[in-house]
Amino acid sequence: MQSLKMLVRIAFVVAASFARAAEPPAPAPNHGQSEGVTRGKYLVDTSGCHDCHTPFKMTETGPARDMERMLSGHPEQLELPPAPPANGPWLVSMAGTGTAFAGPWGTSFAANLTGDKDTGLGKWTSRTFIDTIRTGRHLGRGREILPPMPIPVYKNFTDQDLTAIFAYLQSIPAVKNKVPVPRPPVAAAAAANTAAGS
Amino acid sequence: MIRGGLNCLLKLALVGVWLPIAARADGARGIPQHLGDTGLYVAGSLSQVNSDVLPFSPQYPLWSDGAAKRRWIWLPPGTSIDASRPDAWEFPIGTRLWKEFAHGRALETRYLERAADGNWRFGSYVWNADGSDAVLAPAAGLRDLPAPLSMTRESRDSPGERYTIPSENDCRACHEGAPVAVLGFSALQLSPDRDPLAPHAERLAGSVDLRQLAARGLLRNLPQEFLTHPPRIAAANPAERAALGYLHGNCGNCHNDEGPLAVLDMTLAQRVAAPAPGAVLRSIVGVQSQFVPAGAPADAARIAPGHLAASVIAARMSSRDPLEQMPPLGTAAVDREALALVARWIEGLPVHSSSN
Repeated sequence: MQSLKMLVRIAFVVAASFARAAEPPAPAPNHGQSEGVTRGKYLVDTSGCHDCHTPFKMTETGPARDMERMLSGHPEQLELPPAPPANGPWLVSMAGTGTAFAGPWGTSFAANLTGDKDTGLGKWTSRTFIDTIRTGRHLGRGREILPPMPIPVYKNFTDQDLTAIFAYLQSIPAVKNKVPVPRPPVAAAAAANTAAGS
Repeated sequence: MIRGGLNCLLKLALVGVWLPIAARADGARGIPQHLGDTGLYVAGSLSQVNSDVLPFSPQYPLWSDGAAKRRWIWLPPGTSIDASRPDAWEFPIGTRLWKEFAHGRALETRYLERAADGNWRFGSYVWNADGSDAVLAPAAGLRDLPAPLSMTRESRDSPGERYTIPSENDCRACHEGAPVAVLGFSALQLSPDRDPLAPHAERLAGSVDLRQLAARGLLRNLPQEFLTHPPRIAAANPAERAALGYLHGNCGNCHNDEGPLAVLDMTLAQRVAAPAPGAVLRSIVGVQSQFVPAGAPADAARIAPGHLAASVIAARMSSRDPLEQMPPLGTAAVDREALALVARWIEGLPVHSSSN
């Protein structure tokens, strides 16, 4: 019952965040930041990036975004058991942090978007970032980026907007957090192992 | 159910429903709608190659699930390739290249053309069953085409026995990861000092090599030593030479120290100009992998000397789980011959060898 209440609270917070994104947002104030960074913050704040990439934590007043881990993705300390099987019409599961998702594609973990050089985007260039969003492939040329990342929407950003978003992400505090690699769906993993071993 | 319906739609597409649509819709891409109009063949023919189109055969070819491949290049009359940067040749405006993929019959011919603005244009032409036409595929590519019987025999572990035409983005993912968009046509790939252990390196009859290109006046500014001492990968033994060559041809297009993936600090591309001895080995042997496959230790190495099972590069080569496999696109079947070669090399590496 307690966990049901928590889920309801999380659902409310998530729904509220989407609702806020739909409202006309006020432009972010400029505190001496470059125009690109300011524009990037505005786009990040209004495009739902926090919804998946900033984890929720439980507080005395209910779930809230953990801004000390802002945009650092799924917390590496939170090891998750295998996702429940996707049966019937309910195909997708979400962890309470809002940073891990399971569905027919397997289990995906929101990436660390901060500028940490070892675990985030610290070594990326704006070209790497643009290539990634345009192609929907990790680093612009690797595996496909998984749901629920809205690549079909974000790939329509202009190069200028993507450059601004990247500039903002590089300006926020770097968080060292090594996000787990995605897990394949159980059936696909078994098939791949069989093929590789045959 | 959904997948069955999708396959049915794609089969319908294959028999011709999509062809007229594609022919009308892709004019904006700036390349012809029919392979027959690209200049590969004598006018009116789809088999007789023009006499000024040159066949070539890279010594370390890309694995494409066992497809038989033929490659050609054409340079505009009176032009030549500037080879002053031996690892990044500059091709003249108007250069065209073709690569035909066949499993029993030709399935597709990929096309690369350097446009007047200096950019490269990419396309793939899909052959119909009787070989009477090959039409430009949509920019988004085509997925899950039914695989021909010969392919399913050769690549029985290909999941779903499908054939995929890459999207233009996928073409660019590999071709724009290297200093120059033309892959497989370089000093090392065309060296007459060919590697006898290189997998799948069948040579197309009449293929031009480095010396022949120079003799025809098609290369300028090529350092003379490349003709007297053709490029060759420096290695401790023949297996290492071939393994490094395979990694160069199949992985080095993206994993190099100049392109977007230089951020990974891992280069599998060999340099022939002022090579840094051991640069490739230093970036992989005994170096901790940033990607750790499920079930592998957290400190797994890219290449663990003497220990195949602990080598992430080999693990990813042997996987066709789309989240893990390498290369990440263009292949659905493991290259077992290459894997055996790489395994032989790894197991022969001295256990104490590492990057440090």
